[in-house]
Amino acid sequence: MTGSPGAVEFRHVTKRFGLLSVVHDVSFTIPSGALVTLLGPSGCGKTTTLRLIAGLEMASSGQILIDGEDVTRLPVTRRDIAMVFQSYALFPHLDVRDNVAFGLLNIGRTRAEAAAEASEALGLVGLGGLEARMTGQLSGGQQQRVAVARAIVLRPKVLLLDEPLSNLDAKLRRQVRDDIRALQQRLNLTVVYVTHDQEEALAVSDQVIVMAAGAIAQIGTPETLYTTPASRFVADFIGDANILPAVIEHATIEDAATPLTSVRIGRALLRLPAHGHGPGPVDVALRPASVMIEPPGHSDGFVDGTILRSAYLGECREYAVATELGEVFVIDYLRRPAWPAGSAVTLVLSGDGATVLSR
Amino acid sequence: MRRLILLWVAVGWAGYALLPWNAIGGDGVFALGWLGRFARDPAAASGFGQVLLFGRAWLLPPALLLLVPLLAPARARGPLLLAAGLLGLLHLALVGAAIGLRGWNHPWLAEWFGALPRRNPGLGLGAAVVAAASLMFVCLALAMRGWVKGDAFVAGAIGGTVALVGLFILYPIGRLLSGAVLDDDGALSLVALAQRIGSAHLLGWHGVVATTLRLGLLTGVSATALALAFALVVHRTGFRWRRALSALSVLPMITPPFVIGLALILLFGRAGALNAVLEAGFGITPSRWIYGFPGVWLAQTLALTPVATLILGSVIEGISPSLEEAALTLRASPAGVFRNVTLKLLAPGLVNAFLIVFIESLADIGNPLLLGGEMEVLSTAIYFAVVGVNQDIGRAAVLAIALLAFTLGVFALQRRLLGRRSYTTISGKGDGGLRAPLPAAIRWCAYLTALPWAGLTVIVYAMVMFGGFVDQWGLRNNFTTAHYASAFRVDFADGTLRLSGGAWNSLLDTLVIAAIAAPLTATLGLTIAYLLDRQRFAGKTLFEFATMLTFAVPGTVMGIAYIYAFNRPPLELVYTGIILVLCFVFRDMTTAIRAGLASLAQIDRSLDEAALTLRAGGFTTLRRVVLPLLRPAIVAALVYSFISAMTSISAVIFLTSPRYDMATVNIVGRAEVGQYGYATAYASVLIVLMMLVVGAIRLAVGRRHLGRREQLTMAGG
Repeated sequence: MTGSPGAVEFRHVTKRFGLLSVVHDVSFTIPSGALVTLLGPSGCGKTTTLRLIAGLEMASSGQILIDGEDVTRLPVTRRDIAMVFQSYALFPHLDVRDNVAFGLLNIGRTRAEAAAEASEALGLVGLGGLEARMTGQLSGGQQQRVAVARAIVLRPKVLLLDEPLSNLDAKLRRQVRDDIRALQQRLNLTVVYVTHDQEEALAVSDQVIVMAAGAIAQIGTPETLYTTPASRFVADFIGDANILPAVIEHATIEDAATPLTSVRIGRALLRLPAHGHGPGPVDVALRPASVMIEPPGHSDGFVDGTILRSAYLGECREYAVATELGEVFVIDYLRRPAWPAGSAVTLVLSGDGATVLSR
Repeated sequence: MRRLILLWVAVGWAGYALLPWNAIGGDGVFALGWLGRFARDPAAASGFGQVLLFGRAWLLPPALLLLVPLLAPARARGPLLLAAGLLGLLHLALVGAAIGLRGWNHPWLAEWFGALPRRNPGLGLGAAVVAAASLMFVCLALAMRGWVKGDAFVAGAIGGTVALVGLFILYPIGRLLSGAVLDDDGALSLVALAQRIGSAHLLGWHGVVATTLRLGLLTGVSATALALAFALVVHRTGFRWRRALSALSVLPMITPPFVIGLALILLFGRAGALNAVLEAGFGITPSRWIYGFPGVWLAQTLALTPVATLILGSVIEGISPSLEEAALTLRASPAGVFRNVTLKLLAPGLVNAFLIVFIESLADIGNPLLLGGEMEVLSTAIYFAVVGVNQDIGRAAVLAIALLAFTLGVFALQRRLLGRRSYTTISGKGDGGLRAPLPAAIRWCAYLTALPWAGLTVIVYAMVMFGGFVDQWGLRNNFTTAHYASAFRVDFADGTLRLSGGAWNSLLDTLVIAAIAAPLTATLGLTIAYLLDRQRFAGKTLFEFATMLTFAVPGTVMGIAYIYAFNRPPLELVYTGIILVLCFVFRDMTTAIRAGLASLAQIDRSLDEAALTLRAGGFTTLRRVVLPLLRPAIVAALVYSFISAMTSISAVIFLTSPRYDMATVNIVGRAEVGQYGYATAYASVLIVLMMLVVGAIRLAVGRRHLGRREQLTMAGG
């Protein structure tokens, strides 16, 4: 059961509801056979973008291409897509088999063919034998898999998933996430996946499109996004980075590979990629795990502070530290005994968890 | 898309070449009497036939326009289709405006095209089909441009319903409004308007307007108060007969409203039962108090209390018990809970019940007609302005506008006051609490109000059922079946069955027309509900307003607007069965829309979207997903519109004709001339018939449910 996956391309797509522009001049390309997530806080336009691909919303302007074909004005039924809805949207008056066969009957399969293909798809998602159940008799996880089977049975060029894990409990989420990734690899599908959970996005994606306020904030692999966020928003949204004021002191130092610049943050002087910034005040994003808490007076400390509060999370401990640069959020993987609240400390930077951002 | 275009081209050609272009008088187009005259008589020929056989060149354009979609090159198909559709509609509008009853409306047209006969029929089925095809060209062309997400079915449904609502709701009411300010020659005249307002003795403390409003307010207050007592007894006490009480509130739904007035005459009229007792027992001379304001007020209160009870009942049921429990845990006494929580939460329901009763009272025509005596209210004044010897349709229009202004005002007030304000909860979550007991004083108040009233209702219905068996009420009180015989006599002569009773004609007409109207109403109403709930399109707010407008338009106004708008070419529908069907469809549509909207609100929108992504078009989605889930709403809409068509009177009283009589109009007509025996006999047959129909439908629906459950268990096991 392999279809041929198709690329999805947006060219300057805008969607307005009345005067409100929900998606604003968005362009991107989703390569064929990739799993790409649309990530962002609620109201950022990611679901609208997904629905624009599906044809459930029509673009106000711009062009949408699926597999090279302009589908901007085509109705849903003529776009080669399939979609798994957040609520699964299983038809309550049909049994599992009829739910999965629904689309097949619409594209002209006979009842017998449709039933056979439906059974095959159900087997693929591990629900063989449940064909005659009514959907109301299934557990949440099973319903979700029926919804997936119903979508992939059509062998669409693009599979759209709208927050597919949001109605599952935490334990099931990780497993279903892995199942979806495995199924995508096995069937060689182009998948567009909407989520607001950055961990989920990083875990499954080939590429992540981060959206904010109807526009694209950054596109990149999970690693790029995490290590070199392009903006304050991305740094904050992915990985809870601390954003602290800093100053670029010297002009760019030409290095062989990347242009580095020297950045003063507190008492420390760091060498960081310039990202096009010249001398002057900037912001620096610091990963919570790349800050270490040391006793006061530590020679490498870049700023002194006081522990405000801490939380024990099993594999790590989180601290909020008040400093003259602002409140700093630190994750400590239990390398030291706990610091009680009120302790005077100094903070030390370790490794490469810092990125220069424009202020 | 291409197949749909071909389909509509074929439909358009069928209408243009095969069906009579103009309206067929007499038995109508469905009797097929025109087939024989098709080639001989221009009045029976199709549009194309009139061009070919009778040289009527002005009907040629559709021939060309209906070819455009076939000949258009694929690249330019969309724009050409749009142009063909728009031009087709424009052509029809021009032809409609150019030809009046007496021929061409402008002399130069007659010179150009040649004279027309002295009597010209309006547009007919052929023209309607061509209009539909042209409209669908426009919708398909818009869908090709990506309108409503490119769904051809949805585009067509929007176009079709908008056209229907415009033509059969907005147009007649617009004509009525303009009619009020036109003088007899059809010229705009504010003098005519002023004269009509002056001469209609509209204003003043004893004028028609003041009387109507007084009646509406008093009926609103009394019916709402009684309904509150009823609803409390039924839903909040352990009263033993509360199921019987709540059954009483269903009765009026299947009773024509004026039947109450009829029963009151038998009870309190000059020869009424009560007066007879008083005269015989105490020597009190019978008074005529029942004929006039008090009688109408009593009849309307009796007739409308159940409506208010239904509204308040659902509100009382909807109040979450946990709110009252919370009040109790906050140290409120039972009386305090009732006063400060229950009653406050009921307030929107009370306002709503009052306003609806008020509107219904204003719209009621049967009771004021039977019991009003010298008193006139707006609805009866409209009636007498049209049927009397001095017919003045302009005056009727002025009165109708006054009535419309009040109902629309109340409707606007209702939306304003209650818009989003409802305290009822249907969450189904955590509502398992116990309701606080009613304080004893309140409980006894409710009993003492509701129970005597229930007794009166029972007596009233008993009077209706007995009335038909009494020879001449009050004068000769002996048992007779003569009334039933005169209404429903069946003769066997020469081996054939002859329905010679006086009621058969109207009863059969009513049944046929109601049976035709009900499915059309349900289809139209549910389609509109689907569009309003599930689709976004430009002008939707206006469309929603127009459909909801009908709810506020009293039947009397609707009836008068219909005769006003459809009594001459291009749309000459008066005295046909079609106008009765149309009137029912567009009057009862709102109820079907409401039922549809309520059900659709419970069906997750992503279900239809899922169907769309699974390659089901708008129509398949509707057929295979939405309709199966909407079944209860469909049944409700069918039952309601059938019953309403069988029992309503206010609009059809203007639209019946000797050819198409309606049961309710027949009954009121007989009652007005004092034939109470015949009228009550007929009315009780109608009530029993309605009971049987409702019972049969309930039974059928119940069985279908059972069947489904059996299937389910078989599949599961």
